Amino acid sequence: MALSHDDVREILRIIDESELDELSIETEGFSLRVRKGGGVAQAEPAQSAPTARAAPASPQPQPESVAAPSQADDGLVTITSPMLGTFYRAESPGATPFVEVGAEVQPDTIVCIIEVMKMMNSVPAGVSGTVTEVCGANGRLVEYGEPLFTVRQP
Amino acid sequence: MKRVLIPNRGEIALRIIRACRELGLECVVGASQADRDGLAARQADRVVVLGPGPAGESYLRDDIVVQAALGTGCDAIHPGYGFLSESVRLAARTREHGLVFVGPPTEAMALAGDKLAARAQAESAGVPVLRGGEVTGADQARELAGQIGYPVLVKAAGGGGGRGIKRVRDEPELEALVGLARSEAGAAFADDRVYIERLIESARHVEVQIAGDGHGAVVQLGERDCTVQRRYQKVIEEAPAPALSELARGRLREAAVAFARQIGYQNLGTVEFVIDADSDSDEFFFLEVNCRIQVEHPVTEAVTGRDLVALQLQIADGRRLGFDQDDVALSGHAVECRLNAEDVTRGFMPTPGTLSLFSLPERPRLRVDSGFFTGTVVPPYYDSLLAKLIAHGEDREQAIEILLDALEDVDVEGVETNRAVLIGALGHPDFAAANVTTDWLERALR
Repeated sequence: MALSHDDVREILRIIDESELDELSIETEGFSLRVRKGGGVAQAEPAQSAPTARAAPASPQPQPESVAAPSQADDGLVTITSPMLGTFYRAESPGATPFVEVGAEVQPDTIVCIIEVMKMMNSVPAGVSGTVTEVCGANGRLVEYGEPLFTVRQP
Repeated sequence: MKRVLIPNRGEIALRIIRACRELGLECVVGASQADRDGLAARQADRVVVLGPGPAGESYLRDDIVVQAALGTGCDAIHPGYGFLSESVRLAARTREHGLVFVGPPTEAMALAGDKLAARAQAESAGVPVLRGGEVTGADQARELAGQIGYPVLVKAAGGGGGRGIKRVRDEPELEALVGLARSEAGAAFADDRVYIERLIESARHVEVQIAGDGHGAVVQLGERDCTVQRRYQKVIEEAPAPALSELARGRLREAAVAFARQIGYQNLGTVEFVIDADSDSDEFFFLEVNCRIQVEHPVTEAVTGRDLVALQLQIADGRRLGFDQDDVALSGHAVECRLNAEDVTRGFMPTPGTLSLFSLPERPRLRVDSGFFTGTVVPPYYDSLLAKLIAHGEDREQAIEILLDALEDVDVEGVETNRAVLIGALGHPDFAAANVTTDWLERALR
């Protein structure tokens, strides 16, 4: 697996916003070690590693309709974040997540909470189907329009 | 301070990014969905989408803005101008969360937002204010207006920047308007206090740039003349102010510093004055104080040679000004004009759309600040500013000449602009003679 520029940026971002001080990632043919606070960040392609794919030249297309599920060709729909805030998968820390991969949802099924300045906003699925992927990481900032879940429609 | 959130758009977001780079600060742009692919978003180290296009759901949400700053590891917020730049709520909320708000102390912002309180502070500082005062009922209003003499202005204490102002010609009109003004002010600003002020019929608008640090230093960086306006919207600005006696110029600058000291002002600010053009001695009166960087700041940057946005960031970071009044020297003359996306033939209606061509000139002594390029969309949600052209000449005549020459090479297709109005105004003999008042442009357009 080759890590792209964007992947590395994303990793750096996650570390930057987390409590972690240091992180090492190794995949086939690639290792990355990052240390916060003055340490030297190293990205070392291992021998015979494939060249990292260049970042796309143009920005990613905006979702046509945000805060609402967007339909792809393969029956998969994306539930996007209706607002910027902190993404929580459960009612409270340690509680069971609202939904996991495989869960059946209805349009009014609450799938997560987005917190904005201590205001907890429940997010309904807006669609029926089976959750196939959880895109957002618990406790992390999500932007307006960012994909949170994918759901396969019946 | 290491990382700054800029919840703003267009040329001012780019301007703040540039200052951050100069100071080695990282910047995160908080953009609406409509500005997701704008120049500012592209140039930032990171962009976060605050919300959908309408400002009320993105740029004007102080809770979302602070959440975005916290979530992206920013330790400061620079609000730019417009939107939440003068929001006491945003400043307070930002500071409650231990982040730096790049602006004056919250108390100074609250005072500036209360035009009656600011007026009282100006009086205490010995700064001239227009005759007038708060009115609560028709009888009292009639008595006060009778003393001042008609016409008078009825202003909302919570207004400012040209909003919440009514012109009153005579007593019957006053009686009809005071009650209405109060209820309108209550609805628009959640504050129904109104006051009456003498109307200066031939007025020039001159404002003084001030800067104060958290260590007691306050300086002025000269004044700007922003008399060429249309419906209280500035169109052409310049520094220093032309047609002002040296005596009045000195007094005006001193008055601004006295006011800033009186209210314990810190960071950058602007003290606005109205000058009575009919008076022999350039009589001036306090209008209001603006707690933000202003659109027209580049003319002051040109003549002082100082980076005002970097200065804002440094002061907010707790540093000293690093210079005193004697170090402020002005050189040459600068004139700015605002190129807007508006249809002059249809009442200056904003003209959103796609810029199929957007070509701006380059010249020595010309600065162009813009957030657009060919192919970008002017969204319908925000102000219509396309670009600011700022010429810095050795004298006023040269600066005007550079701007006129540059405007000939402004090539915009896809949306209508006010370019012809700018050329007409800058090339007008009245403007050349600095013989203009705040109602001049609208009269000249007829």
